[in-house]
Amino acid sequence: MRVQVTKRQEPLGWGSCFIFLGALAFSLAVSAALLGLQGKPPVTGIRLLFAGAFGSPWALEDCLLKAVPIFLCALGVAVAFRLQIWNLGAEGQFALGAIGASWVALSFPTLPGRYLLPLMFLAAALAGGLWGLIPAVLKLGLRVNEIIVTLMLNYIGILILEYKVYGAWKDPGSFGFPMTPEFPAAAIVGSIGATRLNWGLLVCLAAGAAIALFLDHTRLGYELKASGENIRAARYARLPYERLVLMVMALSGALAGWAGCLEASGSLHRLQPTIMVGYGYTAIVVAWLARLHPLKIAIAALLLAGLRVGVENLHLDLQVPAAFGQIMEGLILLTVLAGNFFKDYRLRWREAG
Amino acid sequence: MTAEIVIALLAAAVQSGTPILYATLGEIFSERSGVLNLGVEGIMLIGALAGFITAKATGAPLYGFLAGGVCGALLAAVHGLVCLFFQGNQVVSGLALTILGTGLSSFWGTPFIGQRTVGFAKLPLPLLSEIPLLGDIFFRHDPLIYLSYLLAPLMWAFLRYTRWGLGLRAVGEHPEAAAAAGLRVLAYRWAGVLGGGVLMGFGGAYLSLAYTHLWTNGLSAGRGWIAVALVIFTFWRPGRAILGAYLFGGVMAFQLRLQAMGTTLPSSLLLMLPYGLTIAVLVFSSWRGRGTEAPAALGINIEPRE
Repeated sequence: MRVQVTKRQEPLGWGSCFIFLGALAFSLAVSAALLGLQGKPPVTGIRLLFAGAFGSPWALEDCLLKAVPIFLCALGVAVAFRLQIWNLGAEGQFALGAIGASWVALSFPTLPGRYLLPLMFLAAALAGGLWGLIPAVLKLGLRVNEIIVTLMLNYIGILILEYKVYGAWKDPGSFGFPMTPEFPAAAIVGSIGATRLNWGLLVCLAAGAAIALFLDHTRLGYELKASGENIRAARYARLPYERLVLMVMALSGALAGWAGCLEASGSLHRLQPTIMVGYGYTAIVVAWLARLHPLKIAIAALLLAGLRVGVENLHLDLQVPAAFGQIMEGLILLTVLAGNFFKDYRLRWREAG
Repeated sequence: MTAEIVIALLAAAVQSGTPILYATLGEIFSERSGVLNLGVEGIMLIGALAGFITAKATGAPLYGFLAGGVCGALLAAVHGLVCLFFQGNQVVSGLALTILGTGLSSFWGTPFIGQRTVGFAKLPLPLLSEIPLLGDIFFRHDPLIYLSYLLAPLMWAFLRYTRWGLGLRAVGEHPEAAAAAGLRVLAYRWAGVLGGGVLMGFGGAYLSLAYTHLWTNGLSAGRGWIAVALVIFTFWRPGRAILGAYLFGGVMAFQLRLQAMGTTLPSSLLLMLPYGLTIAVLVFSSWRGRGTEAPAALGINIEPRE
């Protein structure tokens, strides 16, 4: 018997859905095995994971809360990936957004909310967008690889945040903890009804709808996709590649910046280092799993937010380290990546002859 | 007095540059075969943890070092499976590998945080360590550093003069032509991925067994990414990796000394130095390096034949 690889002639249709689910199941099985190796009950563990993520209204609320920043970051990352620009810098752009928003909130504490909040969002978009423009300019001007630059800017962005909250912005009344004073009431995004959710959810939905329309129904969005798929052809067609790169990276950074602003203003009500929990990296996983489609990004963001919430449950009940969530993220991405092979190829077993 | 400080700083530069050197050589090896491996950071962490645990359990740092290499290769094999067999995107697979490796290392490593292990001791080389200046800077270290001195020239000679080395480069430059010439392209790429993984794992093990003798989560602190950037700076040549790695080692050692001396500069600003330098080094090499391109088939998968 030997295996023969042949290319599929027609697209797979619904089969690709099964491949995706199969890949998820496989990564779940490996994760369960890892739990087992550590002497934790694997089946109970996976059940706790799901129950913790989606099993109660409280859990679902948590999920939505975490999905918002992941979704915004992933949306930005996906816009850049459409042009085949590897923006791996959502984490840093998120940090800069939070810094920009906090600067406004702390500098103009007396402004009424109707000015203060829009100003904060503007500052966050500017800070995140400019942070995103750095790798774009270096790439266009000097052909510097954006993968490394965006990653390095993540480290630097986080350190700037720490520099501020350990230094000039530190709350004198925080008993030495690195955090800014609480924002003035006007700088806080309000809650929706009696839930813990805030109006940032609407910002998020609006941004998602706008980006979806832009990507799939405007000329510029089409140009983005065309240039991403074939840069040389795009140049022949005189598509403005340089301008597209700048636009995409500024937009990408601004969206991640908004996520940072919402986290500071809506969830923490101040700036502190614990705001950095790796949403920017999860966003890369989300964007890729969703194959860069805004609607699927929303679903994938909920899924991975659920993973984070579920792992917290696992941590409380079985003392599994929080890093388990990271392991699962990595596994899911790897298995889905490998699974995609079966969309393009089929394997046949043949008698050796 | 000041000369002593400078010599001590240069010796520290060599020491803190060594893990970066191992990782950079590993990435060069992988990329020369045409496989971009962005999983270095995760592989280093796994290598560091495997080295730590093995040395602690066996009491033999050498076993720890070897375990670091083996586990590095194991994680790199996942990358090989996804990219070489399943045709996955090399950038995404590498990122996933880093996420996975970071997660695994803190999942398994959390109980060991703050614990110590046996590590490599300093072994001043006879005669060589007596050389003024150079002896103090280069020959009063642990054995792993001496091994790294040998690795770079060995890899250079391997890539330049041996049949296998030439094959590896051919596969990275032009896989179709290499296949037409009868080379087993996928075998070479696997060798590139696994060999690179071993070296990256060694780099990680150096961190827990020689640089420090303890484990903390996230021990590699971005050194893996710096290695990826250094490969561009070295124009994919092993010899220049020494230069680049010691440059970074120098900055990291300098930054630590400044902090230890109680400077008034905030530590977060000092910690930015290596990351800022990475960007600067990339800008510099792109500006200088037009014409010295990456292996032509880097990052491009080989489609399975019907």
